[in-house]
Amino acid sequence: MGGRTGRVLLRIATAAVLLFMYIPLALVVIYAFSENGTSAWPPSSLSTKWIEQAIANTGLRDAFLTSIVIALGATVVALVLGSLAALAVGRHQFFGREAVSFVVVFPIALPGVVTGMALSTTFATTGLPLGILAIVIGHATFCIVLVYNNVIARLRRTAYTQEEASADLGADSWQTFRFITLPNIRSAMLAGALLAFALSFDEVIVTIFVAGGVKTLPIWIFQSFRLANQVALVNVAGLVAILLSVVPVYIATRLTRDTGAAGRT
Amino acid sequence: MTDPADPPRPQGQTAAVQPSTRRRLAAALQRHPSVVLGLLLAAPVAWLVIAYLGSLVVLFLNAGWSRDPFTGLVKRDFTFNNFVELATNPVYRTIALRTLGMAVAVTVTCALLAFPLAYYMARVASPRVRGLLVIAVLMPLWSSYLIKVFSWLQILSGDGVLNWALSPLGLQGPGHGEVGLWLVLTYLWLPYMILPVYAGLERIPNSLIEASADLGGGGWMTFRRVILPLVFPALVAGSIFTFSLTLGDYIAPQYITTTQFIGNVILSNFGVPNLPLAATLSLVPLVIVTSYLLIARRLGAFEAL
Repeated sequence: MGGRTGRVLLRIATAAVLLFMYIPLALVVIYAFSENGTSAWPPSSLSTKWIEQAIANTGLRDAFLTSIVIALGATVVALVLGSLAALAVGRHQFFGREAVSFVVVFPIALPGVVTGMALSTTFATTGLPLGILAIVIGHATFCIVLVYNNVIARLRRTAYTQEEASADLGADSWQTFRFITLPNIRSAMLAGALLAFALSFDEVIVTIFVAGGVKTLPIWIFQSFRLANQVALVNVAGLVAILLSVVPVYIATRLTRDTGAAGRT
Repeated sequence: MTDPADPPRPQGQTAAVQPSTRRRLAAALQRHPSVVLGLLLAAPVAWLVIAYLGSLVVLFLNAGWSRDPFTGLVKRDFTFNNFVELATNPVYRTIALRTLGMAVAVTVTCALLAFPLAYYMARVASPRVRGLLVIAVLMPLWSSYLIKVFSWLQILSGDGVLNWALSPLGLQGPGHGEVGLWLVLTYLWLPYMILPVYAGLERIPNSLIEASADLGGGGWMTFRRVILPLVFPALVAGSIFTFSLTLGDYIAPQYITTTQFIGNVILSNFGVPNLPLAATLSLVPLVIVTSYLLIARRLGAFEAL
């Protein structure tokens, strides 16, 4: 798009879109420190009293810890399964290879309400209990793709000749994996795991269907949405939720700077 | 030169105390790559097939079952009654079309907003600024979904910041309603559109744009005849997300509007009210998105992901 005017217009549009993306997030931070604790704008004065109240709120604290446990569980499962699938697809030729990569993406490509309904009807039909384990299973299922994508992007970039050289020098398959492949993909695995953690920690659409009575942090926030006296606490919880997903993602981006695989597919 | 049974050890490896079993196993695996492949694939494929595809099958079965109005129990005889109800009841058709219309509107708006930013990132910004902008797009994408909805709930409320900003101009925000929801969903899914479009634009070689200019193509001509066709698969890739996420959402619609969208109807029938009907209803977004994925694949969107 040539021309000086075009370039100026492009800059203005870019700045406007960035503002559109950041104003709502900035507001959450401001509201978390707003004295009066309602959505009225502008806030009369700022204070840290809601932060203190949020820390003292046991319901909020329990929900936070539950979310951490679930996110860790889902991350471990996704890390193992995603890495295995990526090694299979990235380093082997076989019939159905395309199908495997499709099936890995499917759970996150389908609308959340479908995944949630599918899992919860299955639990209801088979008589398995809902709750923490059900949430971990659900989250792990759509987090696999995050690890898989990061690891397979790394495998595509690292030459297979390294592994062949290792074998030529007499290393057996385990040694090649342990000393060549693993160091190559380790940071991609970590990046995938961080993204899986962030996604699980934040997920609510599927979680509501399989939670039973369990309260994760997003479910606590969801249930407090309409309670007028909880508005300020929700903003504080939101601040925590933003930090706990943004920080892992930021680290993951640094780890995979070359491939930039931090998108959700 | 070296005996294959005794390779030079990479540093840091302690001498194996009992090398025989492990080495024999490793050697056996080396001779049978298909066994290695099987070991790698078994767990993830089993998980995805049982936990996910299996669940979808159960969902489909449930869609054909029915709820006994007297006992409240689910009767496990497959009939097409729910499907007939879905096809003939005009309420469901209206809700499905409304949801679909929202998905289209949100997708188009996201594409329009994403393009200038993605273009600036890919073709104007310096590498350093580009890196910062990628992070600037990723941060809102990963920030808590619920909190973004909550923030908009506050922004759009009567005494919220939007009306406060617009009142000096004598204007009023859309408030809580379908227009507000369109704004919120556009906000929520915008980063999912920016990232693939940015990647698509970045892949266009400069030489093509120069060639177009050399052949006399002006800015608009180059955009329409060179850039747009090349970035189209990336736009389709982004639209998979904006489409699927809009169809699958029930929280933003529930809080921003009082109108029913397909997700809300599914949730309100979920559990005790009528699980089989909820299952039938959730086949609607399933079918729409699966067809969309198949079309997107033909349009080359999967390579652009």
